[in-house]
Amino acid sequence: MDAPSTGPTDVMAATKERLRRRPGWIANLYAGNARAVIARGFRVIRSANWGVVATGFFEPVFYLLAMGVGMGALVGSVPGPDGQPVSYAMYIAPALLATSAMNGAVYDSVNNVFFKMRYSKLYEGMLQTSLGPMDVAIGEIFMALFRGFLYAVGFLGVLTVMGLVTSWWALAMIPVAVLIALGFASVGMAVTSYMKSFQQLDLVPMVLLPMFLFSATLYPITVYPEPVQWFVMAMPLWHGVELMRQLSVGYVTAASAGHALYFVVISVIGITAVTLRLRKLFLR
Amino acid sequence: MSEAGGSVTAVSVIEARELTKTYGDFTAVDAISFDVAPGESFGLLGPNGAGKSTTMRMIGGTSLRTAGTLSVLGLDPERHGPEVRASLGVVPQADALDEELRARDNLYVYGRYFGLPRAYLKAKVPELLEFAQLTDKSDAKVTALSGGMKRRLTIARGLINEPRILLLDEPTTGLDPQARHILWDRLFRLKEQGVTLVLTTHFMDEAEQLCDRLVVVDHGRIVAEGSPRGLIQEHTTREVVEVRFGSARNAEMQAELAALVADGQRSRAGLEVLPDRILLYTDDGEAMLEEINRRALNPLTQLVRRTSLEDVFLRLTGRSLID
Repeated sequence: MDAPSTGPTDVMAATKERLRRRPGWIANLYAGNARAVIARGFRVIRSANWGVVATGFFEPVFYLLAMGVGMGALVGSVPGPDGQPVSYAMYIAPALLATSAMNGAVYDSVNNVFFKMRYSKLYEGMLQTSLGPMDVAIGEIFMALFRGFLYAVGFLGVLTVMGLVTSWWALAMIPVAVLIALGFASVGMAVTSYMKSFQQLDLVPMVLLPMFLFSATLYPITVYPEPVQWFVMAMPLWHGVELMRQLSVGYVTAASAGHALYFVVISVIGITAVTLRLRKLFLR
Repeated sequence: MSEAGGSVTAVSVIEARELTKTYGDFTAVDAISFDVAPGESFGLLGPNGAGKSTTMRMIGGTSLRTAGTLSVLGLDPERHGPEVRASLGVVPQADALDEELRARDNLYVYGRYFGLPRAYLKAKVPELLEFAQLTDKSDAKVTALSGGMKRRLTIARGLINEPRILLLDEPTTGLDPQARHILWDRLFRLKEQGVTLVLTTHFMDEAEQLCDRLVVVDHGRIVAEGSPRGLIQEHTTREVVEVRFGSARNAEMQAELAALVADGQRSRAGLEVLPDRILLYTDDGEAMLEEINRRALNPLTQLVRRTSLEDVFLRLTGRSLID
């Protein structure tokens, strides 16, 4: 067998021409080919990783069954976002969806990214090609959002079957889940750029678990004294929970827009931080 | 070839000037300068931690230099990383294969990172798998491949974009002798096709087999430069006598042997005292051995051999390459 041909035609001519036209300030960061990273992500999901995706889907379902249906029998009905009484399962279901979007996004952008960065050297391999660090970051954040999207669709399906949604507004829960995922994924990836060891990764559940338990997910925020309420309201998950809860019954107000805006803002902050930390994340 | 780098074939494809990289207080690469000509096979030789891999990463633009200038095919890799890498094939020390994908998909997906069209890759991937002798492993998971297979797959991957420069970071470390010879053969074929090879190694035989020219790097600095043969001629004698006296007597024999090599020899003659043996550099090893036996120094073992690049390194630094 002869060595592979390296004929007179340059197979990279088109790519080089495209890269040559890129403005100088972004030439080293972004090659405009994040879709190749995304295509890789889908190929991996197709071949092996449905199991990982599925576990993330079942988690909120288990919570819903145990807390919503099981404990809900003891609780009975509680006042919904618009003051009308709703079943306890209906009350916590949207909160579980918001939490699931958060968990999925953080899992992808923190644990997965950290592992690929430090151990499997996946990004090292990617960056030996015509990709720039921003192509990798956009591709990986997109995959985190896709995970959030899948969870949202699956869980909303479960809620619909169980009769726990009562409004067409509930369909908006899907894009909102993606928005929540974007906020958490971008901030998560920026935080990951500071992480050096697996021990530091252990801190992540220490933040996420209390945020899940105390962000008025399982009971109304009014049980807290006022200073604690202010603290909870500063946390991102509370905004996700409130917004989801309002959409589930179609009670959409200015406050809903405010909650969405909160996630737009932290997404912008997160993406900016990731961009500034890209070199630390991917280059040495 | 009509594009920018191709029209200037006479000049260097890589040009490094006072290239420096520091991590905090540690200077990994200390103001090194070198040129690589098109089609040349250029080696960076040195022990672990000498700064070879860091230099390779700076050439690919995946490590940012602290000082100095670097030009690869006329471009600064730090400012035009993706465009520079469009012409590079990189074979990193740790294979960095995508373990979540099968062997074939590793090549295909990697090609997509370069923006290569699907139709091109459909033809190219089987061709490269055959080149790497992995055709029957094309559906195998990467984790199921042997070390040698992974290495060959990594090299095949590095060729997906038909690079003009192939960067190989310790290409055969950890491979058994047979796998190494297969790999050398493949690399030699690429060289015949005019691909510029830049490789790091701490194996002398590898450097002698593959490199037209090399620099010896130690503590981030270039300590010698030349062809393998030229370096051996310049820095050592023709032959070397290795004698062992056992750890207790090794050091005390030094003075006596030093007098031996000093006897009317050329300036490059001399001796190196290693923990386990003493090396005596001389143009006539047999004569030296006779002299040792005539003086009844009684070494435990004795050996005459031709000098190699290992000896060049020893003479230059007083240390072994595989430190």
